[in-house]
Amino acid sequence: MVEAPAETLRPDLAVIAAHVPPGVRVLDVGCGDGALMAVLRDSKQVDARGIEIDPMLVERCVARGLSVVQGDADRDLTFYPDGAFDVAILSQTLQTAARPDHMMRELLRVGRRAFVSFPNFAYWRMRWALVSKGRMPVTRHLPVSWYETENIHHVTVKDFEQLASDLGVTIENRWFFTDEREVSAGGANWRAEYALFEVSAG
Amino acid sequence: MATHSQSYALPSDLPLDSGQALSGVEIAYETYGELAADKSNAILICHALTGDQYVASTHPITGKPGWWERMVGPGLPIDTDRFHVICANVIGSCMGSTGPASDGPDGKPYGMRFPVITIRDMVRAAVALLDGLGIDRLHAVVGGSMGGMQALSLAANWPERAERVLAIATTARHSAQNIAFHEVGRQAIMADPNWQAGDYYAGGNSPDDGLAVARMAAHITYLSEEGLTEKFGRRLQDRDSKTFGFDADFQVESYLRYQGSGFTRRFDANSYLYITRAMDYFDIAEEHGGPGNGTLADAFAGTTARFCVVSFDSDWLYPTAESRHVVHALNAAGAPVSFVELSAPFGHDSFLLDVPALDRVVKGFLDG
Repeated sequence: MVEAPAETLRPDLAVIAAHVPPGVRVLDVGCGDGALMAVLRDSKQVDARGIEIDPMLVERCVARGLSVVQGDADRDLTFYPDGAFDVAILSQTLQTAARPDHMMRELLRVGRRAFVSFPNFAYWRMRWALVSKGRMPVTRHLPVSWYETENIHHVTVKDFEQLASDLGVTIENRWFFTDEREVSAGGANWRAEYALFEVSAG
Repeated sequence: MATHSQSYALPSDLPLDSGQALSGVEIAYETYGELAADKSNAILICHALTGDQYVASTHPITGKPGWWERMVGPGLPIDTDRFHVICANVIGSCMGSTGPASDGPDGKPYGMRFPVITIRDMVRAAVALLDGLGIDRLHAVVGGSMGGMQALSLAANWPERAERVLAIATTARHSAQNIAFHEVGRQAIMADPNWQAGDYYAGGNSPDDGLAVARMAAHITYLSEEGLTEKFGRRLQDRDSKTFGFDADFQVESYLRYQGSGFTRRFDANSYLYITRAMDYFDIAEEHGGPGNGTLADAFAGTTARFCVVSFDSDWLYPTAESRHVVHALNAAGAPVSFVELSAPFGHDSFLLDVPALDRVVKGFLDG
């Protein structure tokens, strides 16, 4: 087993990798090419499963020996039993869900805890693009035009915290990132390009 | 490729799902690659309805290459430099394993006296072969189409026998449409006067016309409409205009007739009846909990294997929805499963043809 160095992961994934306890069962929803799953498997002996919608990425996961199902998180989470996983992960996917609130409930139904990361639409560059140009922002982190983006439910740090409150979900931890580096929580709704929350039910 | 054609005689009667038992069962099989000293590197490949054990060696009747030579061999996705590959002819078939054309206890061919068998009976025979070879646990069981049904059946019924289960272009149950197409084929065979209620082995005539029609109907289900259109369209066969008759005016007609008649040279009509019946009876959930009661997740509850399920977007015989049904059951059972729907234009037959993504998935899953 070659231990993939955690620093090759995107910063939010590296934080998740550092905070998932060893040996647990993990479901990575929207697992991409399986980079995080591979690290969790190889460095923490985690029993990792994934869901990914893009068949090319699923193929790469299978070629890495990972257990990944091609599927749509909006539709396929329902087929996992209650409490099947210790940890559910939803990285940079919440804003693409048909109903983010339903997906949060599903995450905390199949997993006891969840890590959820998303781009913060209240990041100052976003606000500036909207205010100064009157156009939907196209930034380094969200590089796609409004008409072709998969991000159909733009969300801010404050919105997420309100959603957690509405759903009765406990926020256990939160981390913020800008320019691929972790930043402090102060003024995060302005300063953070994207956010990562660790949540638990009740 | 060096092969070792062999036959294994089961040491005891084979119990069947029907409640009957089959005595004197022979299983013909081929192997490729060396078996490791600890017997840990064996892969069982299960063949499809009209397949056989010649997965990577020349067919003795047709002289054609093995049916999965693009997948099985040295350095190929199922790498015979690393794995010991076993492929056995299913019981009920006609390439050396006991089937309706074999002699019964009275020394005469079984014909329709052969008991109706199931997919699980085929797998039970294969497991008996593994017992005979001293292989307790397979590195993997692999199959496409009916071979995939056997792989799933082995996982559900002998969960300790395989570490990995790779099921391609398959289903956990035959649908009404699947049964309907098979019934057309069976009726074509039984309507052939040469069929003689299955007792045709002594005479010189076998129900080739009926078997050819059965194959023609089935062959359509293995291809996609897109593939047929691309390959044949409405083009005429060796003529400039329609004949206003019933010759094979169209290329697609000529092609199907060729497929049908070629098939009769290598396949026994009664075997076709028995194996299609086994496929129609196939419903893993029903086997685990009685008619209407069992769930597919229950069937896989005891498994410790890793699964990989693959479907093709142009396969309308066993469409992706059937694979998803299997995957959801495996999710519910907590089994580690991968699933991917691959894009390929060839319909159900995609699993046998040039689909590089399939090669990568197979290799990745078997190596991982």
